[in-house]
Amino acid sequence: MTLSPANEALAAEIIGWFPRPRSALIPLLHLAQEQDGYLTDSAMRHVGELVGATPAEVKGTAGFYEMFRFEPVGTYMINVCTNISCLLWGGEELLHHAAESLGVEVGGTTDDGMITLEEAECIAACTEAPCLQVNYRYRGRITPDDFDRLVEDLRADRLDIPHHGALSRVRQSIPAERLAGVVPPEQAREAPVWLARNNVEVAG
Amino acid sequence: MDPQVAVNGYIAHAPGYVLNDGPKLITSRFVHDDSFTLARYEATGGYEGLRAALETTPATVHDEVRAATLLGRGGAGFPAGVKWGFLPPGKHPYYLVVNGDESEPGTYKDRLLMERDPHQLIEGCLIACYALGLQQCFLYVRGEMAVAQERIAAALNEAYEAGYVGRGICGTDFSVDIVMAWGAGAYIVGEETALIESLEGRRGMPRLKPPYFPAAVGLYGQPTIVNNVETLSNLPWLMVNGSDAYRQYGSESSPGTRMFAVSGHLRRPGVYEVEHGVTTFQELIYGDNFCQGIRDGHELKMFIPGGGSAPWFFAEHLDLPLEARPVGAAGSMLGSGAIVIMDDTTDAVKAAWRVVKFFARESCGKCTPCREGTTWLEQILRRILDGDGRPSDIDLLLDMGDNISPGPYPVAAHNGQEAVPFPPRQTTICPLGPSAVAPVVSTIRRFRHEYEAKITRRDPIPIEVAVAGAAS
Repeated sequence: MTLSPANEALAAEIIGWFPRPRSALIPLLHLAQEQDGYLTDSAMRHVGELVGATPAEVKGTAGFYEMFRFEPVGTYMINVCTNISCLLWGGEELLHHAAESLGVEVGGTTDDGMITLEEAECIAACTEAPCLQVNYRYRGRITPDDFDRLVEDLRADRLDIPHHGALSRVRQSIPAERLAGVVPPEQAREAPVWLARNNVEVAG
Repeated sequence: MDPQVAVNGYIAHAPGYVLNDGPKLITSRFVHDDSFTLARYEATGGYEGLRAALETTPATVHDEVRAATLLGRGGAGFPAGVKWGFLPPGKHPYYLVVNGDESEPGTYKDRLLMERDPHQLIEGCLIACYALGLQQCFLYVRGEMAVAQERIAAALNEAYEAGYVGRGICGTDFSVDIVMAWGAGAYIVGEETALIESLEGRRGMPRLKPPYFPAAVGLYGQPTIVNNVETLSNLPWLMVNGSDAYRQYGSESSPGTRMFAVSGHLRRPGVYEVEHGVTTFQELIYGDNFCQGIRDGHELKMFIPGGGSAPWFFAEHLDLPLEARPVGAAGSMLGSGAIVIMDDTTDAVKAAWRVVKFFARESCGKCTPCREGTTWLEQILRRILDGDGRPSDIDLLLDMGDNISPGPYPVAAHNGQEAVPFPPRQTTICPLGPSAVAPVVSTIRRFRHEYEAKITRRDPIPIEVAVAGAAS
């Protein structure tokens, strides 16, 4: 799907915060992934038109980043960390348990389309090992039993976790009258007024 | 809300953080469960540093940061005031890019700072922008950190609304926009030129050097300062209290405090705000005020002193202070403030393999020695672990390491050998490839017998049996 009219308006606002439209590419791809759960070809094409990139450039960029998906995934993506600190506290065993308990290979999605299991690299919760993320929300010091309970809770929709693709539930918004003003670099060659006022130039 | 009670130092709303005795310059608000709100921030001295900065000249603010010797907290430890001084005069516009792409294995302190005190970071950005004459700041948060993104977005909305960010800040002619950008899962984007590429909407691959510093050529080809989250989070305190007060903490060459994430086989793993340069590894790992020692019944085998990229240390290095210079001279680095403790149950080859696997997965593919080398290192370590190792594999690993990082690789002194100081040489644009060599060289030097035991364990299949099998 292309971006919805509401998301297209949001996209226009986000593009306006960057000196060059292309800088909005990754935020807009997240927006598309939030809308559809993964990146569809038509959404990527649409985003490319908005930021001035060809479909190949968009896909070539998106493909570099692990979070972008080109096929549907589960409503919830569970990323189990097995990097060094988690390895020391049973991260690998937790991942094996998860795969067995869900009945999927690592990287696979359960038949009901609810859960995709992934092996994660360090997610910055190392003292809470072994740890995992559900749609990028943290859970630490997870035992196999904890994992099974978590999956039950997810299937019963008992947890306040947005579906895959939704990251921050708060969007930055800048009131027009508060925006200092974003212009391309070639239109901002003057030193800012407060520097000029102090008659001080930044130097080494 | 009142400050929350800490149980064994842990606070329920800030998992991982340990509130211990000692100065708290940047984590002072973590005890409040609403520490990320503007109301709490203003009630606890928030935006006073910005006001103090606005009452003086930009050059004075820069001088103060230089005088404080505020060292960059991202990994390289470069003094922020000196880095700022690299901006070429008059080549406007300049940009500030905040590196919140924390992904180094073992590291997490920027995430806590972004989640627990986003206004402190925003205020730090404002102070830097004022000092340097910047009108645009981009706050790049790691893609996987949804809560940090949520807190920063909410804090920016509050700060814009309250007049701290945007046009005419605090009623002055100082104006700057701060925009949150975020990644989508790529460790290499933590490298500052890769971060800039990502911020320009491209694949996050490091740029060819020279120029070495984005301060010369950065975002959109303009002079750009890239600072780490923790570095900038120090600025509000520094502006309120001054560089003299700042230098009361820590050591002469490494003043202030620093956050360390200490994980692994410990009784009290956690993220600690520690006096920089004076505390030793020994105190941090064994002290009652810190991690309280190795888990019961076990002893230290080895530790990573500065994140996944750092060469490994052993018991004889415990006396070193948490200070860049002595740690570098001893053959490793303090890096990103991540210390991983491994006890005597740890399989050295397995642990090395896991760190190498990380670098193999995260190599961006731009430089051949890294793209191919990290993958080969991983595969050879894997076959050794699987019992398929060959006697020549140890030399092969070292030889491949030498192709990524030629010459003597940094290594800690032991058994009468001299230490090789950090950093390593490299045949690559960025340090990712050489980082994958660190665990390999560290463990082969120290635990060669463990490698050999795994390699010789393989039972060769007698040829006559194989032939008989084929004939039947």
